[in-house]
Amino acid sequence: MKILCCISHVPDTTTRIQFTADGKALDRSGVTFIINPYDDFVLARAAELKEKNPTGVHVTVLCVGKNGASSTDSVDANLRKALALGLDEAVRIDAEPLDAFFVASQIAAYAQDKGFDLFLFGKESIDYNGSQVPGMVAALLGLPFISYATSIEILNGSAKLTREITGGKELIESPLPLVLSAQKGLAEWRIPNVRGIMQAKSKPLHVIAPLSVSPRVQTLRHEPPPPKGTFKKIEPERIDELVQELANKGLI
Amino acid sequence: MSAVVVWAETTEGRLKKPTLEALTAGRKWATTLGEPLWAVVIGDKLSENIPDLIAEYGAEKLIRILSPEFSTFIPNAYARALAALIREKNVSYVVIPQTYDGRALAPLASIWANAALFSGITTIPEKQAELWVARRICYSNKGLEWIGTAHLPLIITLKANSIIPEKSPYSLTIEDFSFRPPVEDLRAKPVGVEKVSTDKVPLTEAEIVVSAGRGLKGPENWTIVEELAKVLGAATACSKPVADVGWRPHHEHVGQTGIQISPNLYIAIGISGAIQHLAGVASSKNILVINSDPEAPFFKAADYGIVGDAFEVVPRLTEAIRRYKEQHSH
Ligand SMILES: Cc1cc2nc3c(=O)[nH]c(=O)nc-3n(C[C@H](O)[C@H](O)[C@H](O)COP(=O)(O)OP(=O)(O)OC[C@H]3O[C@@H](n4cnc5c(N)ncnc54)[C@H](O)[C@@H]3O)c2cc1C
Repeated sequence: MKILCCISHVPDTTTRIQFTADGKALDRSGVTFIINPYDDFVLARAAELKEKNPTGVHVTVLCVGKNGASSTDSVDANLRKALALGLDEAVRIDAEPLDAFFVASQIAAYAQDKGFDLFLFGKESIDYNGSQVPGMVAALLGLPFISYATSIEILNGSAKLTREITGGKELIESPLPLVLSAQKGLAEWRIPNVRGIMQAKSKPLHVIAPLSVSPRVQTLRHEPPPPKGTFKKIEPERIDELVQELANKGLI
Repeated sequence: MSAVVVWAETTEGRLKKPTLEALTAGRKWATTLGEPLWAVVIGDKLSENIPDLIAEYGAEKLIRILSPEFSTFIPNAYARALAALIREKNVSYVVIPQTYDGRALAPLASIWANAALFSGITTIPEKQAELWVARRICYSNKGLEWIGTAHLPLIITLKANSIIPEKSPYSLTIEDFSFRPPVEDLRAKPVGVEKVSTDKVPLTEAEIVVSAGRGLKGPENWTIVEELAKVLGAATACSKPVADVGWRPHHEHVGQTGIQISPNLYIAIGISGAIQHLAGVASSKNILVINSDPEAPFFKAADYGIVGDAFEVVPRLTEAIRRYKEQHSH
C-alpha cells in the first residue's frame, strides 16, 4: 500500500504575527514554522500503518513550499521531522504556495501516475483555515473524498472510516484509492525518537520543480485584527449589572 | 441572465441556521448584482415546508435535483450535481453554508465547475475595480486577510455567525434539474450514523457558548456549567486537557486542535486562556471570563471579566440571568 501524506508549513501558534510593510505577506523574520498540527495526526496514523506492516506499506510525505531564510523556517527540516516518525521518503515541490488551487494542482500533478492508495491531509491548516486543498486534490484526481475523518482502518483493499458531522459521526466504507482530511482523533500525536531522527537524516528528500499553474485567488493585503473593545472588570457582587449590560447588547 | 445560487442544506427535512445565513448573504449579493437568487436542494425528496422557508429568506427560484442516490450526503455525488448546474445554467456566483458537509462540497465543486473558491470569509464579496474582494480571518485570529479574484464562477463559504439571518420574502417558482451521479462518484458509501446528542444546540451554530476548563477540578462539577448553559440556551464546550482526560466528550473541545467557533457570547470558566485555546475562540463577538486568578491570560482577550471562584460566581450568574429572564419574559 502506498500512502501520500501532504503537510503544510505554518507559523507556530505561539508566534507573534506581523505583516510586511505593504501588508502583502507575513513578515517571516523571527517566526518559527511547524508542521500543521492537523497534519501531525495524519503522520501519526501513517506511522501506525507502517509499523503494522513495515514491508507492505510505503509512506511519502509531501509539502509544497520554499525553504525560508532562517533555520526556523525550513520546509526540509519539517519534512525530516516527519520522516523521523518512521516514514519512507519526502518530496518538496519547490514553489511558494500561492493559493489552494495552485497547491492542489501541484499535488495532483505529482501524484497522478504514482499509484498511491491513500491520500492523507489535515482537515485544514492553521494559517488560513481554508479546508480547500484536500477536496480539490480529490476532485482533480477523481477520487472519493472523506472530510473530517476521525478514524480509518484498512482491510482487503478497502477502508472503513468515521467522519465527524454535526452532533455525531458518520460511518463510511470506501474502496481505495481515496482522499481523506483528518480531524483530531485519527491518531494520537507522536514524537520522534532519537533513532528515528538519526535515520531520517539519510532518507531520500526529492526536490521537484513546480508546474506552471495560475492561482485563482490572490492576497491583496493583511491587517492586524481590530483592537479589542474596552475591558470591563465586574465585581462578583455586581453581577446583576453585568446581566443588564449583556441584555442591553442583545446578547441574552 | 444568470443568478446567485445558494446550496440549501436540508438536515432531516429542515433548513438549519448556516443555510439561512447563506440565503441572507445570497440575497444581499444578488440585490447588489441585480440578479435573481436561486436556491438548490439536492436530495432524494423534498420536505413540504422547505419551499416556503426558502422563499421567506429571499430566493426566487428553487431548483430541485432529486434522485435516489442523493438520500444521504456523498460529497463527490453532490459536488458533481452542483457543478453540472453551475455549468449548464452559466451560474457565476455560488454560496455554500460553511458546515461539515458544505466544507466538503465546496472544494470539489470548485474544481468540477472550474470556479474560484473563497472559503470561510466574513464579508459578502464586493466588486473593487476588476476584482471580487472579501475578508477572512487568518493566523489563529491574529490577522485579517483581504483576498481577491477576477475568476468566475466564484464560490464562497461564509464563516458561521458572520451574517445575521434576515427574512426577505419573495414568491417562489420551482424547477427540476435532472442529474444522476455517475457510479464512480458513489464509491464512498455512508453506512450509518452515530448521534452523540440531539437535544443541544450544535457548538458551531450556537450564539452563546459556555465553556469550562481544568479550573472546575473534576467532571462531577459540570452541573453548574450545564445549568448556566441551560438558562442561556447555550451550547457547552471545554478546553483540551479536559477532553483529553475524559471529563468531557471530545466533540466539546474548542481551540486550535478542536473546533473553532465565533459565537456572539463566549463564557470561559476556569480556563487560563492559553494561546492554543484562544486560537479557536478569539473571534467570538463578546467574551466573558470567570477565573480565580486575576493574572490569568484570558482576561487580556476578554470584554468582561469576573475575578472569583467559579463555584460561587457561576451559580450566582445563573441565578441572576434566570431572574432577569423571568422579569422580562413578557
Ligand atoms: C499543539 C498544541 C495544541 C493545543 N490545542 C489546544 C486546543 O485546541 N484547545 C485548548 O483548550 N488547549 C489546547 N492546547 C493546550 C493549551 O496550551 C493549554 O494547556 C490548555 O488550554 C489549558 O487548559 P485549561 O485552561 O483548562 O487549564 P489550565 O491552564 O490548568 O487553567 C485552569 C484555569 O482555571 C483557573 N481556576 C482554577 N480554579 C478555579 C476556580 N475555582 N474558579 C475559577 N477559576 C479557577 C486557574 O486560575 C487557571 O487559569 C494545546 C497545546 C498544544 C501544545
